[in-house]
Amino acid sequence: MSQAVLDALKARFGDAILETHSDFGDDTAVVAPEKWKEIGEFLRKDLEFDLPVDLCGVDYLGRLPRMEVVMHLYSIARRHRIRIKARVGDADMNQAELDSLTSIWPGMNWLEREVYDMSGVVFRGHPDLRRLLMYPEFEGHPLRKDYPANKTQPLVPYRTEEEAGITLEKQPPFGPDEGMSFPRQVWQRPEEN
Amino acid sequence: MEPVDLDLDEGELELPSEPMHLNMGPSHPAMHGTVRIVLELSGENIVKADVQIGYLHRGFEKMCERGTWAQVFPYADRLNYVSPMLNNVGYALAVEKLCGLVVPERTQWYRLLLGELARISDHLTCTGAMAMELGAFTPFLWFLKAREMVWDILEEETGARLTHSFGRIGGMAKPPTAAFKELCRGSLPKLLSLTEDGERMLVNNRIFLDRMENVGTISASDAIGLGWTGPCLRASGVPYDIRKTHPYLKYDEVDFEVPVGSRGDTLDRFLVRLAEIRQSIRIIEQGLDRLPDSGPINCDDPRIVLPKKSDVYTTIEATIHHFKLIMEGAKVPKGEVYSYTEGGNGELGFYLVSDGSGTPYRVRIRPPCFQIVGGLGKLITGKMLSDVIPSFGSLNMIGGECDH
Repeated sequence: MSQAVLDALKARFGDAILETHSDFGDDTAVVAPEKWKEIGEFLRKDLEFDLPVDLCGVDYLGRLPRMEVVMHLYSIARRHRIRIKARVGDADMNQAELDSLTSIWPGMNWLEREVYDMSGVVFRGHPDLRRLLMYPEFEGHPLRKDYPANKTQPLVPYRTEEEAGITLEKQPPFGPDEGMSFPRQVWQRPEEN
Repeated sequence: MEPVDLDLDEGELELPSEPMHLNMGPSHPAMHGTVRIVLELSGENIVKADVQIGYLHRGFEKMCERGTWAQVFPYADRLNYVSPMLNNVGYALAVEKLCGLVVPERTQWYRLLLGELARISDHLTCTGAMAMELGAFTPFLWFLKAREMVWDILEEETGARLTHSFGRIGGMAKPPTAAFKELCRGSLPKLLSLTEDGERMLVNNRIFLDRMENVGTISASDAIGLGWTGPCLRASGVPYDIRKTHPYLKYDEVDFEVPVGSRGDTLDRFLVRLAEIRQSIRIIEQGLDRLPDSGPINCDDPRIVLPKKSDVYTTIEATIHHFKLIMEGAKVPKGEVYSYTEGGNGELGFYLVSDGSGTPYRVRIRPPCFQIVGGLGKLITGKMLSDVIPSFGSLNMIGGECDH
């Protein structure tokens, strides 16, 4: 159904559309990060994608560029959907920047703040780029793959064993094996591709 | 407002005024959900509003990357804790899309019925709480009594009133109980009459109407641009309901209408929700007639679905099979998928990325009320302070879902 959207994108932007696929019926285009905003404007004006559905970051640690910013759009008028992705950031997440789309869809405001908060992608031109779900003093970006789930933040000091008067073997919130006698299956780095 | 004494020179009227800052929340008796609104006031008018969320952030997406695919169900329950069944079903459908599974007919009807029951519970909670925040306590109690009937049915079916964890990849935990149809048919008329009693009490009340009408108005194009979906968008006159526009389960086989509002104000959002309760009851009545009394409830796919308990206790093959599925998790094919259903508040989406292992690589939820609350600042800026309560109440913010 939205194959026509992919064709229109390819015809209009050519090389800036790095790859496309329609796995599981979801039409997807990976675009060059420099053209992020231009493509957004084209989708909004020419193809009537009026509903900003979702924006999120997926961290592919070990792959370059590392962070994939995934945007889902829907058109109420034409009833089609598309997924647009851009890959940004080097191994240390430098240059993980994209143009803000808040001027095209006002609903992108909070979505971009959330992606900045959780994955650390900076949106150029965003009117109010602050952390959204975390507090301002929070260090790091929790949804990156190199952020350990059991990491504690400096603002929340845990009591020492002397202070508590009891043994604190199990460190909150998770131990490495989560109290099980055998380890849980851990995430493995995907093959280079 | 015009100055009272028009003869006075404007310069004399100017008082040295500083903007007043007011914190509403994070814990405020007249707001449901933990949200903080920092308001800048000029008199009682809101000049600037900064809505801050995240007080109920529990790292849902991070936690999902640590267990198996099936272990996400309890987390999904706790996202929208007034209609957990819709989240369960939404997540199950997303994983099934990735696995290429289609659940048996009986399960599809069963999921549809349980989902509509959950939707009724969601709308009753929202409308009831909205009325209570405006001082109408009796309808709130009546709505809760009606919601209790829904929960009694769900408890009978799943064993839990609130956090059911009833969905499974490729089916449901249990088939419908023998009493399910009878329970529903007996409760729904009572539920409807309670809801109508509460509705009559509210929509004929001058005070209630004065506080609801033309408050928190939003146009259709603004609502779409903000990413609103669900009853809040439909109240602005956009008939976008995923059950109708992109039917899933058996929604294309049942007959129902999509109620829409005309003005997009708080009253419209209230009335749309009440109208949707009636439509849900209509859907359930049709679904009960169509739900088969026998037949498989789970897919026949041993790679995904657990073996029968009786086999697990008696044969070594089933024991090992069970152990592998629980400990390593069902292997979900590599790929990425976005699946969307109509939740209580709007489009509930799951974007899943699998690396082919038994653990999700990334689970992204698209909670409907996240973007709706994102539009709250726009809704209340320039309005009166007292308008915050009905406007916010009508958005039905669910903290667990909004804050991930």
